[in-house]
Amino acid sequence: MNDGSNDERVSHELDAERDARARSESSGDHTVSRRVLLGGVAGVAAGALAASLPRVATGQSAAAAAPTAATSPPTMPGDPSSLLGTPTSAQGVRATEVAPSRVPVGQVAGSSRAPLGQLTGTITPSDLHFERHHAGVPSIDAASHQLLIHGLVERPMTFSVDDIKRLPQVTRTHFVECSGNGRAPFKQPKPDTTAQAAAGMSSNTEWTGVPLATLFREVGVKPEAKWFLAEGGDACHMTRSVPIEKAWEDAMVVWAQNGEPLRPAQGYPLRLLLPGFEGNINVKWLRRLELGTAPWMTRWETSVYTDPLLGDKARQFSFVLDVKSVITSPSHPDVIATRGWRPITGLAWSGRGRVTRVEVSTDGGSTWHDAQLTGPALPKAHVRFQYMWNWQGEAATILSRATDETGQVQPTRSELIAVRGPGTDYHFTAIVGWDVKPDGSTFYHGET
Amino acid sequence: MRRLTPYLMAASLAAGCSGRAPVPSTSDVASQPPPATWGSYDAGGVPGGPGLRQHYGLGATAPDSLIARWNSDIGPDGAELPQGKGSAADGEKLYATACASCHGVGGVGGIAPNPRLVGRDSAAEGFRFASDPSRTKTIGNYWPYATTLFDYIRRAMPLATPGSLTDDQVYALTAYLLAANDVIPKGTTLDAAALREVKMPYRDRFIPDDRTGGPGVK
Repeated sequence: MNDGSNDERVSHELDAERDARARSESSGDHTVSRRVLLGGVAGVAAGALAASLPRVATGQSAAAAAPTAATSPPTMPGDPSSLLGTPTSAQGVRATEVAPSRVPVGQVAGSSRAPLGQLTGTITPSDLHFERHHAGVPSIDAASHQLLIHGLVERPMTFSVDDIKRLPQVTRTHFVECSGNGRAPFKQPKPDTTAQAAAGMSSNTEWTGVPLATLFREVGVKPEAKWFLAEGGDACHMTRSVPIEKAWEDAMVVWAQNGEPLRPAQGYPLRLLLPGFEGNINVKWLRRLELGTAPWMTRWETSVYTDPLLGDKARQFSFVLDVKSVITSPSHPDVIATRGWRPITGLAWSGRGRVTRVEVSTDGGSTWHDAQLTGPALPKAHVRFQYMWNWQGEAATILSRATDETGQVQPTRSELIAVRGPGTDYHFTAIVGWDVKPDGSTFYHGET
Repeated sequence: MRRLTPYLMAASLAAGCSGRAPVPSTSDVASQPPPATWGSYDAGGVPGGPGLRQHYGLGATAPDSLIARWNSDIGPDGAELPQGKGSAADGEKLYATACASCHGVGGVGGIAPNPRLVGRDSAAEGFRFASDPSRTKTIGNYWPYATTLFDYIRRAMPLATPGSLTDDQVYALTAYLLAANDVIPKGTTLDAAALREVKMPYRDRFIPDDRTGGPGVK
């Protein structure tokens, strides 16, 4: 469960200037609220970022919990410092006007996306990390959960969650992205697409667990083992085949995320983490690893998660996620209310290593300018970029283009289609952005 | 002494290929985070640990009964297929009660996002999925190994009651879906040996990933 019990809370007169412009509108399979970006004040970057954290208007939140006493609208004093504040709490809630939500909800064989347009920095809050389930979220008793490792090993063994925790731990920050991320906007770009809809099946968190190599050392992997099968303990018993080289590279079995045990939706109590590999193969609720000589050709690596190619073929085992980026602010449904300086900011990542460069265009791709990476570019992790923009009310198309340490550069959508065909079905890494209208409204720009 | 795993070989290479790994001093390792990749990482060498190439002794010997219960996967050669058999005719009846509510009568589509299962109409032949997005993938035109159809049905279907089908029922459903897709004759009864012999029409269209990063689009 998330701690966003204020998801339904209505912001009342908290920011009259912002509220006056806020309105809701439907967008595809979910509903979003239009938010207004303010600027032109001292402390431009901080001010714009704060203003870009939106709220969800009445009844528009995807989480349809009834308001409770704890979530009822607060009475805001004219001077907050004139009243004693509220006491400490066990888990806390988000600030009243901050209500980022995943959408859509209620899927057992589907997904919910992270609200990238409402987040900043690089870490995705655990309760907002995207979900993709194939048979719902299982209820697993961690105390009795076992990870079985067998097949081509010297000693078939089971590990309890406690065993895993008692081994030396490592902590790494990595993104996980569904290879279907952005499918609908890629196939049919629509102006009312949000950053959440365009790229919200990528999330970035800090993971803690043990190197898979540590476990493989304990069981003694036989030299003839070339692949391993990872199986989840959910109702579809998810199975994916992984080349064994990944175990010696950077694979982990994780039990914690962002400083706390995994949430059920993220694989509690154990998850396989294969940095840079498509989300589906990062098997949640991990219960079994079988070592073998060849891939198992499961449904999830044949009938789905394969890439049709021109020439009447399909690319299989296309694990690695290529370099990609998305501008998260401004992004639809933002309305830029004030002319002047603001950062164009967003996220970039590559499953092949570090992002080395992000460029931003404000003229639809005619000219490109180097953006700043606002923090260290960790391998196989989101990095945030910014490019300062002095908007003066002109129509503009803002785009981002990332390059990774292998020298790979994001292609345009037309370049990707030319190579893979219009029926390409995964790994949508095309350059995308936003059309900014003279009135400050922003709309998805996917036809690059 | 047990055989060196690749991991241990990597560890010994990192130790300079000497027969005996040097014991690092605390100052060597205490300030070092784990390496970027695990090839040379040895959890035993973490400060306070038992030492390089030593085990923590955690975990337990896996019971054969647990392996037998969970090790149900069936690969492309079908070597692990169980005993039992089922006919396409029986599968058709079972499909109507157990599957059609999601996948549609005759497997031609149901409630989204449940995929269409059946379809070998001429418009969908030729594996031209990349050039023509209107084509619908089905078992008949986009599933490379018949044996893994049995694996998938048995492990994951029906969505709300996985594991509820007997092996005979899974054979029957497999036979029905392959027959409905014109992969095998309508009157077929499948068992392990028969299913192993079924070759899917487009098996050879699946090719390994050839992307390696670097400039250019693939």
